[in-house]
Amino acid sequence: MRNLLHIRDLRISFNLPEGRLEAVRGVSFRVPAGRTVALVGESGSGKSVVSQAIMGILPRSASIDSGRILLNDPATSSQVIDIASLHPDSQAMRDIRGSRISIIFQEPMTSLSPVHSVGNQICEALHLHRKVSTAEGLSLATEMLRLVGFPDPAKAINTYPFELSGGLRQRAMIAMALVCRPALLIADEPTTALDVTIQAQILKLIKDLQSELGMAVLMITHDLGVVANVADEVVVMYHGEIMESGTLDDIFKAPAHPYLSALLRAVPRFHMKPGERLVPIREIKKRADGAFLAQKAEQAVSADPTILKVEGVTKKFTIRKSGLFGGGKESAVLAVDDVNLTVERGECLGLVGESGCGKTTLSKMIMRALTPDSGSITFTGGRPGDSETDVLALHDKALMNFRTQIQFVFQDPFSSLNPRMTVGEIIAEPLVIHGIGDAADRRKVVEELMGVVGLNRQHIRRYPHSFSGGQRQRIGIARALALRPQLLICDEPVSALDVSIQAQVLNLLKDLKKDLGLTYIFISHNLAVVDYIADRIAVMCQGRLVELAPRESLFRAPAHPYTKALLSAVPEPNPNQRLDLTALMQGRASDPTAWPAPFGIDGEHAMTMVDLGGGHQVRARADAAPELLLCRPQPVLQTSTKV
Amino acid sequence: MLSYFVRRLLVMIPTLLVISLVVFFIIQLPPGDFLETHIAELIAQGETVDSARIAFLREQYGLDKPMIEQYWVWLFGLLQGDLGYSFEFELPVGEVIGNRFWFTVLLAVATTIFTYIISFPIGIYSAVKQYSMSDYTVTLIGYFGLAMPNFLFALVLLHYANIWFGLSIGGLMDPRYIDAPWTLDKVISVINHLWIPMLVIGTSGTAAMIRRLRANMLDELQRQYVVTARAKGLSSTKIILKYPLRMALNPFIADIGMLLPQIVSGAALVSVVMDLPTNGPLLLRALQSQDMFLAGAFLMFEATLVVIGVFLSDVLLAMLDPRIRLGGASSK
Repeated sequence: MRNLLHIRDLRISFNLPEGRLEAVRGVSFRVPAGRTVALVGESGSGKSVVSQAIMGILPRSASIDSGRILLNDPATSSQVIDIASLHPDSQAMRDIRGSRISIIFQEPMTSLSPVHSVGNQICEALHLHRKVSTAEGLSLATEMLRLVGFPDPAKAINTYPFELSGGLRQRAMIAMALVCRPALLIADEPTTALDVTIQAQILKLIKDLQSELGMAVLMITHDLGVVANVADEVVVMYHGEIMESGTLDDIFKAPAHPYLSALLRAVPRFHMKPGERLVPIREIKKRADGAFLAQKAEQAVSADPTILKVEGVTKKFTIRKSGLFGGGKESAVLAVDDVNLTVERGECLGLVGESGCGKTTLSKMIMRALTPDSGSITFTGGRPGDSETDVLALHDKALMNFRTQIQFVFQDPFSSLNPRMTVGEIIAEPLVIHGIGDAADRRKVVEELMGVVGLNRQHIRRYPHSFSGGQRQRIGIARALALRPQLLICDEPVSALDVSIQAQVLNLLKDLKKDLGLTYIFISHNLAVVDYIADRIAVMCQGRLVELAPRESLFRAPAHPYTKALLSAVPEPNPNQRLDLTALMQGRASDPTAWPAPFGIDGEHAMTMVDLGGGHQVRARADAAPELLLCRPQPVLQTSTKV
Repeated sequence: MLSYFVRRLLVMIPTLLVISLVVFFIIQLPPGDFLETHIAELIAQGETVDSARIAFLREQYGLDKPMIEQYWVWLFGLLQGDLGYSFEFELPVGEVIGNRFWFTVLLAVATTIFTYIISFPIGIYSAVKQYSMSDYTVTLIGYFGLAMPNFLFALVLLHYANIWFGLSIGGLMDPRYIDAPWTLDKVISVINHLWIPMLVIGTSGTAAMIRRLRANMLDELQRQYVVTARAKGLSSTKIILKYPLRMALNPFIADIGMLLPQIVSGAALVSVVMDLPTNGPLLLRALQSQDMFLAGAFLMFEATLVVIGVFLSDVLLAMLDPRIRLGGASSK
């Protein structure tokens, strides 16, 4: 097979104020025409730098020291072009860029200009490389938008990126990259920022277009699930060097290099053996000798172990579309619709759903950061002698005192820590706010907490910027633990972290729960992560709780069509269990009117949580209980074979 | 868009009404009024006071009436284009201001255009060539412009123009054209004189704008969509003009509303120094001598400029930025 792209001994370095940094050190690989090559590695491995070098869009501080990037593209020239020798701003390079090689980026939100229409940005790419009239260009762009799955391409051409959802933006980005029919598409983490069902759709789209346009794809990703589903060949990078490369089956069946097998063991996946632990690539050393762990929370659980009751909670957000005289139309979005939940002491309740499904809104209401329109939230404690607290009735001092009971771990470890405070100040801040202890006491607690989350106690005076993402997230966890809360709400605590770091933080959370007797509400869109850490899982869709079940029964025998769609869209890091991309519900999985009876919402039947036994509840028509019980859903994952 | 435009226009009415109330309150704040000051002055000079005339003026302008009534009279006068009577000049305010209004507008517009024309290319250039020799040079000159007070710059220019070239560059036209009918020569004379105050008043604004444009552009140049544009194969010049510049524009359009009055009032000192026939010096005098209607007219004029400027920038922003035009509904 002809090699479209051949990279030979590529070396790239950055000239930084603090010295020269060799980001890519002698990398060689090939991309055969019409095939998909996955470039895998954690952040900082140099995989994106390689893609920028291929595109000729390296940052100013970077330079190619040696090596060749050979493009053999018979469609434009009979000669092999060495991209590495071309000046990035030369006409020859600009003719290749965007025309023969295109790229799509991770962030569909920021990769498109917000003030130019989608059509404008697509046509621009077209007019740069092909001589077509304006009308022709528009029709070609419309055709491309249809190809990438826009329901109404003629209308979409005049929309602006901010009017589109994340998935549609990424489709627009793909249309822009493909409108000149390139020979090679570089996809730099194209689905990392997207929900799992959207991710599956985009992967399918890239695959379909690949065969239709006959192009090669260089897929840059850290997600081994994605790799297993789309790649023909795999190249694994680590610290600027290639660790391993080969065909997909070779790589997954017999990972020769320890790095890849370590990476495979560090990623949460379904079918993990009960009690199996993830093995982080870099284990953290915890120090658990302090008084903090010794004062383990009271473990005696009362007869009713419920720690938190959420009953009929509803929250509407009104969006004002201003009219002529300010008043205007008001439309309401039901963010959370009649949600009932209980959390038991000592368990981890996973809350799963796509972005915008209301899971964060719900958690904020439990925290009293938002006030629900109706419903009640009761904190019962779950220990003998604990009294019930009506969370929504709390005010002033009582609310302040209550806040020590529930703490929050945020998603973004970068923006959730004040960059002007030292780690010591950050972790001690909750204690200061609640006036607990004097400076010496606090310092002792902070040091112990740093040991508990595996941070070096000598770093107490450092500022957050000198820590990595995983370390920062551990600082956030230490801060949340400072007040000795009963309940910890973790809102996507690992989704902003690199795969190799995820395992560290997940294991830490697991250990802390056991050691401190904590209760978690764990919010995530990543089903494998939730599967790893949660005891019970609640699935939310469009503000409604659609299914609630113990972890095993939810993943083995999902009842609700939405849960099934979610599960079927998760790419497994196993080439033998490729996604059934054709089975996706055409993006309608989260549309309640598209669900089959008795789950669909038709406005005529009252919906309720039907109990399937064993703590498994599913939202369905109230009168459908008997038939649901009769045909208990078959375990869908049983058929898949383990390797 | 049309409904936004109309609503925005309608909102200006109550805004201006409230401003007029505040302005009237402010010009009434100092104890006494012009007539009392005037009488005291005359008595001190041992002159007789024409009590009949004072009483006539007092009655005509309702100075003996309660304040709220005086306000109504003033407001209705304003609405009909009657700006009131200047006690000091013993002329209707409209006549006192006369051409000064148009000269002020001319100077303000010229200065604004000067500021934009100079600062945009330099700002973009110094952002694109960040940390280069030329960037440092421009930055240094910019700091000079920022640090030097306008009036001082005016004095320096006046002094050296006279010493080196024997030129008198004060005023907005050659003295022989003052009060002369408009002719082509007079226009040319105005244009010849205009550039100096333009330069003097515009320098600090230009320097400030270069700094801000540079900072904005540096932010925007880092953005992902710039990389996307590069990846399409666009040339660097086209990328900069189409994407980051477009995004960096917003703050400047939003600034128009603030820029106009700043130039008008900030120019007062320069106008005094350079003897320019603009509003500034007159406003200063009117405030000193409690010539309330004259002062009120000027204050209203500036306030109206702010309101119109903000209106203009709002409409321009809505036209330029689809997120503002269409985004109302999609925000959470």
